Amino acid sequence: MSFSVTNPTKNTKRLAGILVVSYAIITIIPLLWIIATGFKSPVDSIAYPPVVVFEPTLEGYVNLFTDRTRATEKMIQEAGPPKTWYDVIARKRGTVISGPSRYGERFLNSIIIGFGSTALCMVLGTMAAYAFSRFKVPLKDDLLFFILSTRMMPPIAVAIPIFLMFRSLGLNDTHLGMILLYTAVNLSLSVWLLKGFIDEIPIEYEEAAMIDGYTRFQAFYKVVLPQAATGIASTAIFCLIFAWNEYAFAVLLTSGTAQTAPPFIPNIIGVNGKDWPAVAAGATIFLVPVMVFTVLLRKHLLRGITFGAVRK
Amino acid sequence: MSKRFENMAEGPIDIVVKKTPSGIAHKIKGLSDRTIAWIFVAPTIFLLLAVNIFPLIWTIRLSFTNYRVNRPNRDVEWIGMRNYERILSDSDIWNTMQATAHFLIWTIVIQVLIGFALAYLINKKFKGNNFWTTLIVFPMMLSPAVVGNFWTFLYQPQIGLFNYAVTFFTRGNPADFSMIGDVNLAPWAIVISDTWMWTPFVMLICLAGLRSIPDSIYEAAECDRASKWRQFWTITIPMVLPFLMLAVLFRGIENFKMFDLVVQLTGGGPGNTTTLTSIDLKREAFEKWRTGYSSAYAVILFVTVFGLASIYVKALNKVKER
Repeated sequence: MSFSVTNPTKNTKRLAGILVVSYAIITIIPLLWIIATGFKSPVDSIAYPPVVVFEPTLEGYVNLFTDRTRATEKMIQEAGPPKTWYDVIARKRGTVISGPSRYGERFLNSIIIGFGSTALCMVLGTMAAYAFSRFKVPLKDDLLFFILSTRMMPPIAVAIPIFLMFRSLGLNDTHLGMILLYTAVNLSLSVWLLKGFIDEIPIEYEEAAMIDGYTRFQAFYKVVLPQAATGIASTAIFCLIFAWNEYAFAVLLTSGTAQTAPPFIPNIIGVNGKDWPAVAAGATIFLVPVMVFTVLLRKHLLRGITFGAVRK
Repeated sequence: MSKRFENMAEGPIDIVVKKTPSGIAHKIKGLSDRTIAWIFVAPTIFLLLAVNIFPLIWTIRLSFTNYRVNRPNRDVEWIGMRNYERILSDSDIWNTMQATAHFLIWTIVIQVLIGFALAYLINKKFKGNNFWTTLIVFPMMLSPAVVGNFWTFLYQPQIGLFNYAVTFFTRGNPADFSMIGDVNLAPWAIVISDTWMWTPFVMLICLAGLRSIPDSIYEAAECDRASKWRQFWTITIPMVLPFLMLAVLFRGIENFKMFDLVVQLTGGGPGNTTTLTSIDLKREAFEKWRTGYSSAYAVILFVTVFGLASIYVKALNKVKER
């Protein structure tokens, strides 16, 4: 091994490792606690002192996906033997399942609006980014700055007129309205990021293709898009995560049909007040996909969170 | 090269091109770059104008009126600057601004310190640093509203994990200690949760800054017998500063807009101790329905963010040029 003055010594590395690992463990405890609480019984979830070892149960998940009503011994006996495993869990608590809860719908809304807005955002964003990257667009810098500045506005500030506008267009509480809104909010991110990715593709590739008889459209479609695939994919994941996590617009502009999961999860209430295991179960199902995406994205993470300002 | 393209499968665009009558097809193919540029940029600009700029102009217009959404039949009067006068002379708003300033300053200071320290340590390249970095980054990608709601559980008196940990170490009475129910502690509760969530953001940017410093500079300093301490202050800090300032800019704008995490965590309470401007604005606009008044409020906030951000960006550019 060659000696280098800039290489930290073994002890320095060890100390740095210990400090970082302890921070990581402290920071990850709340997340593990959410996941663990989802598998606790209501009694365990509010025990003092907090219990770390407990008998796991799916009660939280059952309560998350179902509506239940209190039932007397007699009513339960009259209803006949439990048909499914979740009936068994509900009956242990003296309740009968009356139907599915609205969590499924909300989760589905999150998926529809998240993927819908991401798809639209990628189509518009890729086109605009390509134009900004390759052509002389008049007032290019001003337009790019304008696109970025739309992100500085507090959502609540623009929510008032958007609320009025959507109401007059009949877009309040609709999937289409939310998809358009999230697309607009995400466009600044996607244009800036994608422009960076497309800038990195040598222009000679397209020129060669066009000399071979390709039109601009074909060169864009068959040369640039495949080359930018990784960039497009990571930008798409960023847009998806944003739309997935968004709360302010969702809580102000949707109520029934198009409401997404974030405004719904905090309002899950059980038969005896706040049902923490059900809330935790809802949060777990909602948060774990994002964690998976984070791992997939880790190489482009920095670029995404800084709008492409820092490329590593 | 051309052979590779010929072998590629036909895409939807080729099919569309083939099916269009030759006259139009010729026109599409013959489009000048300038036209294509406009076709590509126009939808984006149009959508942003419709969903961002048009509402902004509408907000500015409403801010000079006494319009109320919940009373559509009342005549809308043009009242000039009265909304602005009322807001700027309202002492409650100044309290809100103070709460926001407290939140902004402390989150930024703490996150910069911890974030930079972490990045500095990770840059020592110990074994497995990539794995641990990924773990640390998780909180910032999650939904703030869902996380904020769950932090209320961690902060619960007696049963909450955070509460338990604090009273365990201070040997206090767990039933008496409450983070979000206490007037003095609640502003710190939101600072702690935000720090937990966003320190990784500052850390990642600092890490990029540290990695951008070439080893050769340190080697040269070592030849000149500069102490490690001196190297840190004359090389590391100045080289990372532009990155750090960028991180502060992002955190500043984001936390000035802060709504979801805090509204779920404390809802602005107890009293008005954690009522940040966005939460106050939401109450005025969507609970009291004072549309004109809250529009003026929104304009003031936007001007503040935009003004502060532009001054800051100028400073940032100066640091970069150095």
